[in-house]
Amino acid sequence: MSALLSIQGMSHYFGGLKAVSNFTFDVPEGVIYGLIGPNGSGKTTTFNLITGIYTPTEGKVLFEGRDITGQKPFRIVQGGVARTFQNLRIFGNLSVIDNIRVARHFTVKSGLFTSLLRLPSFKQEEEVVREEAMQLIKMMHLEDRAFDQAKNLPYGALRRLEIARALATKPKLVLLDEPAAGMNPKETDDLMGLIRQVRDDFKVTVFLIEHHMKLVMNVCERVKVIDFGETIA
Amino acid sequence: MGNFKLPRLLLAGLIFFIIVMILSPDMTGALNGYFMVIIERSLIFVILAISLNLINGITGQFSLGHMGFAAVGAYVSGTFTSIWFKLNPHTLSHYPVFMICIVIGGLGAAVVGFLIGFPSLRLKGDYLAIVTLGFGEIIRTILNNIDYVGGPRGLLGIPMFSKFPIIMLFAFLTVVILRNLVQSSHGRAMLSIRENELASELCGVDTVRYKVMGFVIGAFFAGIAGGLLAHLLTLAHPTQYGFLPSALVLIMVYAGGMGSLTGSVLAAFTLTFLTEGLRVGIDALPEFTIASQTYKIGTEWTMVIYAILLILIMLFKTEGIMGMRESRILIIEEKK
Ligand SMILES: Nc1ncnc2c1ncn2[C@@H]1O[C@H](COP(=O)(O)OP(=O)(O)O)[C@@H](O)[C@H]1O
Ligand SMILES: [Mg+2]
Repeated sequence: MSALLSIQGMSHYFGGLKAVSNFTFDVPEGVIYGLIGPNGSGKTTTFNLITGIYTPTEGKVLFEGRDITGQKPFRIVQGGVARTFQNLRIFGNLSVIDNIRVARHFTVKSGLFTSLLRLPSFKQEEEVVREEAMQLIKMMHLEDRAFDQAKNLPYGALRRLEIARALATKPKLVLLDEPAAGMNPKETDDLMGLIRQVRDDFKVTVFLIEHHMKLVMNVCERVKVIDFGETIA
Repeated sequence: MGNFKLPRLLLAGLIFFIIVMILSPDMTGALNGYFMVIIERSLIFVILAISLNLINGITGQFSLGHMGFAAVGAYVSGTFTSIWFKLNPHTLSHYPVFMICIVIGGLGAAVVGFLIGFPSLRLKGDYLAIVTLGFGEIIRTILNNIDYVGGPRGLLGIPMFSKFPIIMLFAFLTVVILRNLVQSSHGRAMLSIRENELASELCGVDTVRYKVMGFVIGAFFAGIAGGLLAHLLTLAHPTQYGFLPSALVLIMVYAGGMGSLTGSVLAAFTLTFLTEGLRVGIDALPEFTIASQTYKIGTEWTMVIYAILLILIMLFKTEGIMGMRESRILIIEEKK
């Protein structure tokens, strides 16, 4: 019962293509969990199913024991599941700090009118949001670029920004889709340290996808291997 | 207390207001009444352009029928002031009532905005463009057929309440409110939808809710602008709100820069003055005769010129005057 995330008999078809075939596994609370498999083996689809972008053809997704299958993505995120994307999805024209603040917006209590009138309670709350965003920015070593447009940042920095943005939603579970994609070995090493730090500092469970064996074997405490939609180990 | 500083935006608004007041016919008379009306029109188009920018530029949706909401505001407020309350612009105490009627017109437009926006924004795809395009035509047909508000003759005899200070006040408040919105967590949620809708949803943004919210707020201010325009021209006519006037507002948003409130303000002034200039210019063109037929170029050709302008903006993918940037006047400083 200590499973934070529980996938039960989940399958998904795209037309006739079976992208995910009868997955059943548990991600225990507090671990760094790895899912590995070659390209096209259904890893990203698994994340899309967990976060509600697609509804599984068969099977269920339980989070903290609750059935979240078929819920809208924003509800699943508000419930404590955050993710990053294999192909970056940054808010390019917004500043780095605003990218992070977007992810914090649903925990803000100031209503529309309080915000439009910029009442004192709104300003206080904005200050808190700003402080927290700045802490995430420092943790990801982005403090020099906090007020720059995100699209001007180098690739590795954008990967860290996406992780920061995911953490800003105050999740219990963070899904990282190929976090080391496009990184050089040095950056990959730093990233492994960062992932451990995220788990320890934020007390979150990390579930990551990779096709690099090295990263997974080094950082993950549990590993699941898939190929062509089928579970191998 | 000693170091109280007037906020930049308030200062800019006050300076503009005072200069125009000094030049107005009531004081030095450097500007004649005709010029004043163009300035007043420009301010009304500021409201229209920045409220459409909230929908198209900031939330990233595509609405084509913004003037339809202006029609709702014009007819609702005009019905209240002229038919029901019979307000008189020479009675000072009627002005607050007039302003409430304008806000009621805005609320009417917001309700219509919700009825249109909610069903079409829930669906993925460009439904909003199609629906709003149809809406502009539908509202014209409806207005043509309601005798109570004048039918095809239009609603006449609307009292002339839209004096420069009143229009200035509404335009200024609209700018302040939309600026505050954009620089709040609600506005950031809207911006993130424009930037990347899927990522926005996965940051916990209820994207449907925020798209509808942006659309309804935009419709509200368009209704305000429509009410002010009707009380400036002292009439509301079904043909004022069709596709071409909506396209003019759209061009202002593009020409100013998608997402830039500053750009919309500048473009509203530039293009309102340009429209007047073109109208006067085309009017002054001589008639010409080809094969014993006499032709006169009509002022409807201004729209052709604008259509070409819009195509050029799109073809060359120009960012407009401001791109996505804002003038410092419209940015609330954050300590860094
Ligand atoms: N939206 C989609 N429509 C059709 N096929 C898809 C879609 N998304 C993924 N697929 C297919 O599903 C399979 C698994 O893809 P994916 O989950 O992205 O693999 P991975 O992340 O492991 O590389 C691939 O064959 C891919 O082409
Ligand atoms: Mg993938």
